[in-house]
Amino acid sequence: MDRERDTGIGSTPAVEVRDLVKRYPKSPVNAVDGVSFAVRRGEVFGLLGPNGAGKTTTVGILTTRVKPTSGVARVGGVDVAADPVAARRLVAVVPQRNNLDRSLSIRQNLLFHAAYHGVPAPERARRAAELLTEFGLADRADDKPDMFSGGQAQRVMVARALMHNPVVLFLDEPTTGLDPAARLFVWDRVADLKARDVTIVLTTHDMDEAATLADRVGIMDHGRLLALDTPAALTRGLPGRTTLEVAVALNGAPAEDLLAELAALHGVERVEPVAAPEELRARLYVAGDAPLMVAPVAGLVAEHKAELTEVGIGTPSLEDVFIQLTGRALR
Amino acid sequence: MTAVETPAATAAPAPVGRARVFLAVLRRDLYVTGRELPVFLAQVILQPLFLLLVFGRVLTDLGFTRPGYTEVLFPGIVAMTAVLTALQSTAFPLVIDFSFTKEIEDRLLAPMPVGMVGLEKIVFAAMRAVAAAVVMFPVGVLVLGSIPWRASGVPLLATILVLGSVVGAALGLILGTAVPVNRINVIFALILTPLLFTGASQYPWTSLDQLRWFQVVTACNPLTYVSEGMRAALEPTVPHIQPWISVLVLATCLVVFTAVGIRLFLRRAID
Repeated sequence: MDRERDTGIGSTPAVEVRDLVKRYPKSPVNAVDGVSFAVRRGEVFGLLGPNGAGKTTTVGILTTRVKPTSGVARVGGVDVAADPVAARRLVAVVPQRNNLDRSLSIRQNLLFHAAYHGVPAPERARRAAELLTEFGLADRADDKPDMFSGGQAQRVMVARALMHNPVVLFLDEPTTGLDPAARLFVWDRVADLKARDVTIVLTTHDMDEAATLADRVGIMDHGRLLALDTPAALTRGLPGRTTLEVAVALNGAPAEDLLAELAALHGVERVEPVAAPEELRARLYVAGDAPLMVAPVAGLVAEHKAELTEVGIGTPSLEDVFIQLTGRALR
Repeated sequence: MTAVETPAATAAPAPVGRARVFLAVLRRDLYVTGRELPVFLAQVILQPLFLLLVFGRVLTDLGFTRPGYTEVLFPGIVAMTAVLTALQSTAFPLVIDFSFTKEIEDRLLAPMPVGMVGLEKIVFAAMRAVAAAVVMFPVGVLVLGSIPWRASGVPLLATILVLGSVVGAALGLILGTAVPVNRINVIFALILTPLLFTGASQYPWTSLDQLRWFQVVTACNPLTYVSEGMRAALEPTVPHIQPWISVLVLATCLVVFTAVGIRLFLRRAID
């Protein structure tokens, strides 16, 4: 598809949000609480955070479905609150929930969407045919959406969103509830779109998804943007280059003592307990080689008459970043 | 891919006329209705058909109603068909759309003011209502043998029909956006049935002089003015409210209901 609207470096940001606040009526807290960020054209930008972090509300504002309480939100230089009609020409949304038109076939869903956006009839038909093929929907083009699985409906909604050639594509939790194959398909499509310089803003509570797809990730919690950088830079900023995750059956030993002694081990920079009711589960951020720490940790655990039940070695992930920022796990 | 434009040009793809977007959204609704035409017709015809059959034909044939009653009844049934079809064509789909299917979201994101999506619902529902009312004429001939008809009454008939249809559609927009989905059964039972029987469809309003309280109640129902207007157009020998009063009341209702309906629609569509 043509991307004649892309101009690359030096143009206005595809998305610009400044001091954005949204408070819903009757709510005691701000759903979005002073968020600022900008997304470059052609960038894949991820908003990572748990449910209720304000990601969907932020996307709702940018796509004109939610009115901001204060602050500025621009898409392609257009203020979405001041000129929602112009903004709607530039954005496309793939929502969390299937909102396909059940009275229309898949092809008609695409065709009518383009008609709503004023795409001329011959071009509508051509684009629909292209997208249906690209998304592997050609043989089911005349079926109704009722018969589609979650993953298939997701494909159709992405194809529909692309029918009017948007400047920014918003994907709200694009793979939540999808099976692994459907998830991979969506990931591949996002990679394709990125190759075509479509700007993408996606929300997710899946750190793998954010790390895999996004050029930059904004971490949100309680309506605030806590950190914003490339996945590599975010994890680099963590103390400890590698991590050791251990699970310990305490057998009556006090967890606090063990944690304190683990933290005091030579080479351990920081210890973070991870919520687990039955046992002690902790993540150790270590300065040197994580595998070399297994023996001292095992020794220490044995001294406490506890039992090491699980050991995992990993480099810090976005989940660790989230834990460091908020003190709790992502889910 | 290679085109370089000024930032201003990149931000704004060729603006699409709002009228064109509106028509595309309307075309969607007409397309879906057109494809389900037999279902639509059965939906709108059956109730008035049975009302005409039982009250206009059976009771008359059995001698329980006077022969002239069909002249009173038929215009009222046309009015009732128009108003109720319009009301149901906005109210039910909107409750389902906003609370359940969310299908309307794609249209709310079309590049035109959101209020125009609500306006489209009214226009579309009014078109369905006019179609349903028109179909009542051959149905009336079929059931009753003959129906009141006056070529010179057509301009008034058309005016009343369009006004009544839009008023019904706007009323449906109010209900469809104000009623929560879990209340839909209760509210519609509480509103539709009284609306149906206090709208002067089955009796001429002026003859209610002896039943003053009921006359006052019926005067509050916009359907009354549609029924009375229809009688004035089709069978002026039946005593009726002055046509200019009916037109004026309906025009006022149209403006007020549409304004309130669009406002509620916006409240529902945008958080």
